[in-house]
Amino acid sequence: MRDLKALIIVAIVTGIIYWGVEPLAHGIMHPPVKAAEYDYKDTPILPKGDVANGATLVQTNCVACHSIKSEGFEAPMSDLDSANSYGVVPPDLSTAGSMYHEGFLAGFLKDPVKATNLSHKFTDSKPYPMPGYSWMSDSDIADMVAYLRSIAKSDLSGKEIFIDACARCHSLKYDKVFSSTPQDIVSNYMGSTPPDVSMMIKSRGAKYLHTFINDPQKLLHGTAMPKVGLTQEAEKKVVDYMESIGDSKKEERESLGVKVIIFTIIMTIFAYLWKVKIWRDVH
Amino acid sequence: MAEIKKADGLVDWLDQRIALRTLTKVLLTEYWIPKNINFLWAMGVVLAVLFKILVISGIFLMMYYKPDINLAFDSVNYTIMQEVEYGWLWRHLHAVAASAIFLVIYIHMFVAIYYGSYKRGREVIWLTGMLLFMTFSAAGFSGYMLPWGQMSYWAAAVITNLFGGIPLIGEELVIWIRGNFVVADATLTRFFMLHVLLLPLAIITIIALHFYALRVPHVNNQDGEILDFDAEADKYKAGNKKESKVIPFWPVFLSKDIFVLSAFLVGYFYLTFFHFNFAMDPINFDPANPMKTPAHIYPEWYFLWSYEVLRGFFFSSDLGLVAFGIANVIFLLLPWLDRSPVVAPAHKRKGFMIWFWLLIADLIVLTIYGKLPPTGINAWIGFVASITFLALFFALPFITKAEAKNASKGA
Repeated sequence: MRDLKALIIVAIVTGIIYWGVEPLAHGIMHPPVKAAEYDYKDTPILPKGDVANGATLVQTNCVACHSIKSEGFEAPMSDLDSANSYGVVPPDLSTAGSMYHEGFLAGFLKDPVKATNLSHKFTDSKPYPMPGYSWMSDSDIADMVAYLRSIAKSDLSGKEIFIDACARCHSLKYDKVFSSTPQDIVSNYMGSTPPDVSMMIKSRGAKYLHTFINDPQKLLHGTAMPKVGLTQEAEKKVVDYMESIGDSKKEERESLGVKVIIFTIIMTIFAYLWKVKIWRDVH
Repeated sequence: MAEIKKADGLVDWLDQRIALRTLTKVLLTEYWIPKNINFLWAMGVVLAVLFKILVISGIFLMMYYKPDINLAFDSVNYTIMQEVEYGWLWRHLHAVAASAIFLVIYIHMFVAIYYGSYKRGREVIWLTGMLLFMTFSAAGFSGYMLPWGQMSYWAAAVITNLFGGIPLIGEELVIWIRGNFVVADATLTRFFMLHVLLLPLAIITIIALHFYALRVPHVNNQDGEILDFDAEADKYKAGNKKESKVIPFWPVFLSKDIFVLSAFLVGYFYLTFFHFNFAMDPINFDPANPMKTPAHIYPEWYFLWSYEVLRGFFFSSDLGLVAFGIANVIFLLLPWLDRSPVVAPAHKRKGFMIWFWLLIADLIVLTIYGKLPPTGINAWIGFVASITFLALFFALPFITKAEAKNASKGA
């Protein structure tokens, strides 16, 4: 009985301390923010686009800077030259249509600074490297989005999405993925060095990454990282990919953990029986 | 020297040469422990096992760890955690044991305080125990630096900087400790040496002293009762096992300890495999960056109470440093601050009982507020808790003196 009383007291004190230094403290240091939103309500709902017209528009307006390798349009400059010209390497457009939300794409084409939530960084005197196409009609914008969607393959892997959506600035060296824009150039462009994200799954956790990628300003006010506009599905693939690299032993850890705990429970039962047997003589 | 005869087996052969049978009696089968104990008396064995886990996992980690500011982070987070077979297991075992061992040290320590096991002949046990707490603290701090993450770096910067507050020699002392003007490669390599050589060596030596110091005054019991160990041992050996107030270390005492240990290990392994963030702070998975201060810098949970005593005097870093210095040595003096000869559990010592639970409550407040940002009301709560901590130790001699007076009147 005394043992039980002592155990309860130890458990209560330990529990209070744990609650205070973990959930309570982390809740205060990292106040909750609104959950990620994937419906891009602030962008206009588009009329259904015409792929053929979209193709013409994209091929006349975009390929001067962007490659679309799946359609045979190679990049007009080397990564180094375009990084030097624009500050960051412009993305290849082959996959944009399936990994970015269509509403985000339309909003981005019209006003990239607004869509990426970077008005604190890009102004008239320091313009965004890509011009906005707000002078186009909504239906032309819709046609371009429709075209991008028609050429993009839908079953992209997490790594492919990472390379197209993230790796122009970020490296993930534990999987030998290095940013296509050289470090010094992208540092200069962003105002600070985009970190290597190999261990971000451990240092931030999946929940934080989802909220952050969806809208960086929510969690890191003033950051130069743009709102990326990934669809919920594409974003999940990216975070899963980051986990598969940064926490590659998770499955092994959890399956071994169950076995070790079961073993220890059985050991505890035997230890108890042995203890009872031994103490029978002395009590 | 006794005559060496032809041995009738390995045990006999060893017995003739190193008195194996006598040694076994002295260390195990005739090392007497009081019978009137509860599961809290098993914490010593739990600590010994956790320390063994730390040493063994540490040896494996050291095979791949690279103490170099350019290599350390990746050697831990890539080589050990991802490339080496079961490297992650050794790291998790090591990191979680390092945190869990402090929980058990605190339990062990406060059990000793509660039952008055630090006085009336047991002062050296207490002193060596507190020295172990200090050396383990140093080992915890130096080990935390090794992965060279953001918190490794910034905790090292903040804590080594504290020595700068010492009058006259402060500034030179900080440089001497760091081996550089700032926390740098020289700091990492020397803390690596401390962590893998000097501190473990010191800890093992002090553990030996701690165990030895138990032999003469013997282990205390639940009621602080003074036992005649020789007489009780004779009863036990004569077969009056139920009547005797003592039990042998092996197998009786250890059979209970092994049960408690096994139950403890269930929890420890759960934390190791499934719930390790409390011991492996996520922030430390960001590589050290001297140019980027983390939003919140805090030590591991087991240092929070003394860290809060330091921060509590938010208006004067000098006063904070003095209070911090006192907090780190005051427990050593406990046997002399307690002026009462009474050895009994706290619930039989009225004034002391109140003192004990006030201290626990204050340490809980200090620990929690040591982690919270020290802004607004938090700073004041930290200040009051720090003052309370010092006041409690100032009051202890008076409380126990009064108890001693009543005790002598009663007698």
